[in-house]
Amino acid sequence: MLFGIAWDTSSGWAFAVSILPILLIGMWVTIQATVLGFFIALAVGLVWAALKAAPLKIISWPAAVVTEFLRDTPLLIQLFFLYYVLPEFGITLPAFMTGALALGLQYSAYTSEVYRAGIEAVAKGQHEAARALNLSGGRTFTHIILPQAIPRIVPAMGNYLVSIMKDVPLLSVVTVLEMLNVARIIGDRTFNYLVPLSMVGALYLIMTLVASAGVRLLDNWLPKQGIPLK
Amino acid sequence: MSDEPIIKFDKVVKRFGDLTVLNELDFEVKKGEKVSIIGPSGSGKSTVLRILMTLEDINGGVVTVGGEPLWHEKAPDGSLVPASETHLRKMRTQLGMVFQQFNLFPHMTVLRNITEAPVQVLGLSKQEAKQRGEELLELVGLADQAQKYPHQLSGGQQQRVGIARALAMRPNILLFDEPTSALDPELVGEVLNVIGKLAEEHDLTMLLVTHEMRFAREVSDRVCFFDQGRIREEGAPEDLFTDPNEERTREFLQAVLDN
Repeated sequence: MLFGIAWDTSSGWAFAVSILPILLIGMWVTIQATVLGFFIALAVGLVWAALKAAPLKIISWPAAVVTEFLRDTPLLIQLFFLYYVLPEFGITLPAFMTGALALGLQYSAYTSEVYRAGIEAVAKGQHEAARALNLSGGRTFTHIILPQAIPRIVPAMGNYLVSIMKDVPLLSVVTVLEMLNVARIIGDRTFNYLVPLSMVGALYLIMTLVASAGVRLLDNWLPKQGIPLK
Repeated sequence: MSDEPIIKFDKVVKRFGDLTVLNELDFEVKKGEKVSIIGPSGSGKSTVLRILMTLEDINGGVVTVGGEPLWHEKAPDGSLVPASETHLRKMRTQLGMVFQQFNLFPHMTVLRNITEAPVQVLGLSKQEAKQRGEELLELVGLADQAQKYPHQLSGGQQQRVGIARALAMRPNILLFDEPTSALDPELVGEVLNVIGKLAEEHDLTMLLVTHEMRFAREVSDRVCFFDQGRIREEGAPEDLFTDPNEERTREFLQAVLDN
């Protein structure tokens, strides 16, 4: 029994059917961690990209160092660090939040590079026209450059969404009850690992296929010349 | 046309690495004057416009626009120091530019292209900007295209939107950087017509870098022939085109007019 739901070990099929609701609870946690981690990665990555593009070295350098660090150390170390070390400084976050934050921070280093490439791909003439029209730097970025960069970055961001989803099982080491962790507990208690692990694999396949299809739809729906402004 | 120059280049130097593009250039334009700049590619013609639009800085000399230094500011002790972004923003309000590649914002409707900066920079209300935008589209003959996106228009139409967009900021000086060079030959006429009409009906100061010799001759008060970062020869169009003094000018005109 897990989450108040009992399993039926009378036959393989009955077992599979009885643990499906339990796994779905774990899957919901996986989806939440993926979405939260992805949004953190999108938001923080944009901040890194903007800082790294700053003309002042005193701003761009620290941002470059931090993102390099985030990218070149294992996610597991960052996860342990946030979970075990931060409380020593009086910052205690729930396991789920710690996990989503670790995912988001590591992937923010990757997304910042995607933003950079997307922003640099916008024609130089767009910056010049904005300057000639005396638009401010901030307005130029948010209303001229970013709407044109976004359609170019959607496919790459979609890949990272799927990657984050596949990294969520790492959160089990800090006690988050995501799908794989739930399956392992079921296996530990019933000595049947085959069924729950197979089901997790199948459910993962469904999630990643749906996510990829969603990204492709978004990619096809966005006009190539930029997010339209009336 | 008053006698006071609205644009003045005083021994202006511009280098790209080892290449000297403007070599102690002296150049003046009077208020309301229509000046065409012709010359071989690489002679620094476009650089003059790009310096004025503050898209390129300068390496020496002083550029004055409307009596005030463009790339410099007066320090409290009266000396000239490099301009701050605030100063450049203020100076830029006098100028508008039409680009060779149009540089319209592809994700904005034609009307939004024209109203974006007046609303954001000049602080016009949306209603006001829209009304003025529609008037400008009328002026360039595109009143019925306001809700289209740039990629739905021909090159000539896009460039006319570019002109309307520049005019919407109410500049005193309008810079045209080879406005028809990226156009198919059959679309050149409609853009030149609009520029010609502006030249005739408005007291805008106009600076036109072009390879359209016939048009330059029709529309300009003065033509400057640029060569190797300097003005080799300048004068009224009828003199310069029919009887140039310099051998270099003669060669250039022969080469381009033969085509």
